[in-house]
Amino acid sequence: MADGNDTVTLTIDGVEVTVPAGTRVIEAAERVGVVVPRYCYHPGIPTRPAQCRVCLVEVEGQPKLHPSCVLQAQDEMVVNTATDTAELARKSVIEFLLLNHPLDCPICDAAGQCMLQDYAYETHQLESRLNEEKQVMGRDRIAEDILYFADRCIICTRCVRFMRDVADDDALIVAQRGHKAYIDTFPGAELDNPFQGNIVDVCPVGALVHEDFIFKARAWDLDKTPSICPGCSTGCNVTIDTKENQIVRLKPRHNAAVNSYWMCDYGRKHLVMSNRGVRAEVPLIRTNGRLAPVDWKTALEWVADKLGEIGEQNPPDGLAIVSPGASNESLFYLSELVRCLGVGRIVYHVVQGETAALHGFPKLELRADRAPNVTGAELLGAERAQEIARSTAGAPLVVLEDPLTDAPAGFGSEASFFLYLGTRLPNAAREADAVLPVTSFTEMEGTFTNFEGRVQRSRQALQPPGIARPAWLVLSRLLASLGAGDTVMDARTAFGVMAAEVPALADLDWDSLALKGARAKTTAAAAAEG
Amino acid sequence: MGYPHSHDLETTTLLSRYIGDPEAKTLSGWLERGGYETLRQALVMSPDDITTVVKDSGLRGRGGAGFPTGLKWTFMPRDSGKPHYLCCNADESEPGAFKDREIMRWTPHLLIEGCMISARAIGAQHIYIYVRGEFFPVSRVLNEAVVEAYEAGYIGENIQGSGWSCDLTVHLGAGAYIAGEETGLMNSIQGNRAEPWMKPPFPAQSGVFGMPTTVNNVETLATVPMIVDNGSDWYRQWGTERSPGTKLWCCSGHLKRPGNYELELGIPLKDVIYEVCGGIPDDRALRAVIPGGSSTAFLTGDELDCSTTYEGLAEAGSALGTASPIVMDESTCILSAMRRIAQFYAHESCGQCVQCREGTSWVTKILRRIEEGDGRMQDLDTLYELCEQLTGRTICVLADSVVFPLRSSLDKFRDEYEAHIKTNSCTAT
Repeated sequence: MADGNDTVTLTIDGVEVTVPAGTRVIEAAERVGVVVPRYCYHPGIPTRPAQCRVCLVEVEGQPKLHPSCVLQAQDEMVVNTATDTAELARKSVIEFLLLNHPLDCPICDAAGQCMLQDYAYETHQLESRLNEEKQVMGRDRIAEDILYFADRCIICTRCVRFMRDVADDDALIVAQRGHKAYIDTFPGAELDNPFQGNIVDVCPVGALVHEDFIFKARAWDLDKTPSICPGCSTGCNVTIDTKENQIVRLKPRHNAAVNSYWMCDYGRKHLVMSNRGVRAEVPLIRTNGRLAPVDWKTALEWVADKLGEIGEQNPPDGLAIVSPGASNESLFYLSELVRCLGVGRIVYHVVQGETAALHGFPKLELRADRAPNVTGAELLGAERAQEIARSTAGAPLVVLEDPLTDAPAGFGSEASFFLYLGTRLPNAAREADAVLPVTSFTEMEGTFTNFEGRVQRSRQALQPPGIARPAWLVLSRLLASLGAGDTVMDARTAFGVMAAEVPALADLDWDSLALKGARAKTTAAAAAEG
Repeated sequence: MGYPHSHDLETTTLLSRYIGDPEAKTLSGWLERGGYETLRQALVMSPDDITTVVKDSGLRGRGGAGFPTGLKWTFMPRDSGKPHYLCCNADESEPGAFKDREIMRWTPHLLIEGCMISARAIGAQHIYIYVRGEFFPVSRVLNEAVVEAYEAGYIGENIQGSGWSCDLTVHLGAGAYIAGEETGLMNSIQGNRAEPWMKPPFPAQSGVFGMPTTVNNVETLATVPMIVDNGSDWYRQWGTERSPGTKLWCCSGHLKRPGNYELELGIPLKDVIYEVCGGIPDDRALRAVIPGGSSTAFLTGDELDCSTTYEGLAEAGSALGTASPIVMDESTCILSAMRRIAQFYAHESCGQCVQCREGTSWVTKILRRIEEGDGRMQDLDTLYELCEQLTGRTICVLADSVVFPLRSSLDKFRDEYEAHIKTNSCTAT
């Protein structure tokens, strides 16, 4: 706070940098591309105990090393992060941490993404000078789905402080003291919190591991896709880790406008479940009273012919049932199809669940609407329905991705034509005249509009099964066959066509969405901004 | 009275005048001995006047660091609009020290009076006396005295009609050396683990419960009434310019008359050992002395001519600390003594800082291995390197505290370490 100015200018490793007053040196250093090693410091956890002592730096004119995580940047301060003294101190910290460490990297989930492993290699710690027996502490189940390996733990207390200071839950403590210290649940308390999975993410080593990930994959074998979580309407930014075309786990990805560094446990597990079950893999059309597999060309020509005939007959108002889990692009082309067929109603139904907000970042909430694109569906003309609607007799019925759970018996039988586009083939869809297999959330690119009108991209993480295709592609091709518009072959073009048609999206372009998304001009977005 | 005022070593002078006098424990007995007179005086003095007289007396903190008490008080903000706190550090746990316990169990009202006067000086509304967990009987004596003092209007609302109010709570710790570190102490009062925190913020800015706080040692606070009563010049008749006054000494180890003595600061260390404590049993030779409690550097028998002041012992390469010399005669294995000291620090490390958590236990392991006859010469290099990495790297000075005796023992008793390593023998006789 030099001279009451709002900024201070200091020199870090020979580079001058101006930062807001009050900035800590560890963050100022990042601005000049210097990443000071850190364990206890985490940008999302407000408390900074400065206890791991690995971020020690030298300040010119001062005899002692300073922990850069708490040292405030000051005018004319000259910081050196890599002097001999600082590097020796850092190397020494790593040596201390490795003294009693079991060195079980070959069987440790964190290998390859471990900050202790990284710094150990960086500081060339190849042999231990410990000539005595290592202290062995064992492991413990710290929550229903989280294991704690005390021997790997470096007592950085990130987990304790995440639970206490971010999740507002005093479930975790440091037990014992000194070299006997370990992490435990508070006596009589249980770790049972909807956000507890984050303690595994903040653990810089392999001390805390998820039981449903343990021994499943090596970190370096995972393919990583930046995407969003489809679990609820919050749309947390995540990285989807996949291996051999299976989702292995989700990790939160930082977005200060949506989820900070965190995500909830429901979202963490929700998408992994989609690995299971039988998928719709090929188009089916009703031939001689039975659904028969055909190729895309045949299927689309057949469906276009049928839809063309219906258009000429001037039928009563049709019905479209859409899933709020479908992308904006898919929903847009579906609404275009409905418009092409004449007047029609579009409805959606969304599963409801219990809510939970993260105390330290309340915007991150597991929301009641358990679908990623409720706002997008409404923006594109869909109305919320409490239960599965019935279509008018003799009118066409189109269903997009709705699983038709709890559909009444004989659902769709009254429709003049029943078209089902979905990732799976539920029983109720077996009455359809045609079933077109579409790709799931993780198998395509698309955009989704979260509860406050933020449009965010999901990216393709998996290969789709069989010959399933994105719904927006299928629908645009169908429309092209009906003489309305062109077939779009990529999500970028689909988004462009949509943005040109939908006023709320007019200011947005595909590239500006990038990794963090952008706000649409919806009432929800206006309210959030206001 | 202690040396040199009297040759009768059982008689005490200022602080320790009523130590051993059972009647001084009670309020009535304390009032008969002139108790709470100084508090009455202080109630009509301005807080600044109290601070000034203590500052002028040159009183230095008796908890080990020797920071000038009056100066510390001036760090407290004026008109902060927040509650201020005074914490009395009664977590006396330095190995070798046993002075605060005696003050509290014989003259609890002296400490209470000192606390009240000091609280007035720093504008505190609440005093916590943080008593070491193991001092259970002491806390009972203190609590009885506090009840008496509340009833007689020396603590509480509108003290002696002055319009000034201040409360006092005796807080019994759970027994941890690190709770004696001032920020660890404040964390413990708040109900947290006794883990020191990184300064800044300093206690005077943000101490216990985030409010301006001063932490003073028992002996320091017990000295305050006599200074306020008699003036700074009176206090300065004892001791030296930079280390005025008297100090309670806790002499232990191989001594003919170990115990507590109140001595003027500045007499030679040699006289403390040989005159006051009568020397070593059977007149064996002195091998080493740790002059200020276990976290100060070893001195050898040739280094005893230094003066027992903060500056004198610092010059000699050690520290006055809590003035708790542990004397070791020629039968003492220095390696063994050092291992036991290191083991203490390994056990008492709070476990926050990596160096301290892992380093203190590693030092202990190495020393134990040498002791068991499996040492190697490179262990000595490792120990010296550990001394480097345990100094000035951590939040508090617990790690530094093990380095002072360790480095000095390596420097001064290398023959001992080498004998154990090379021939698995000991130089002690």
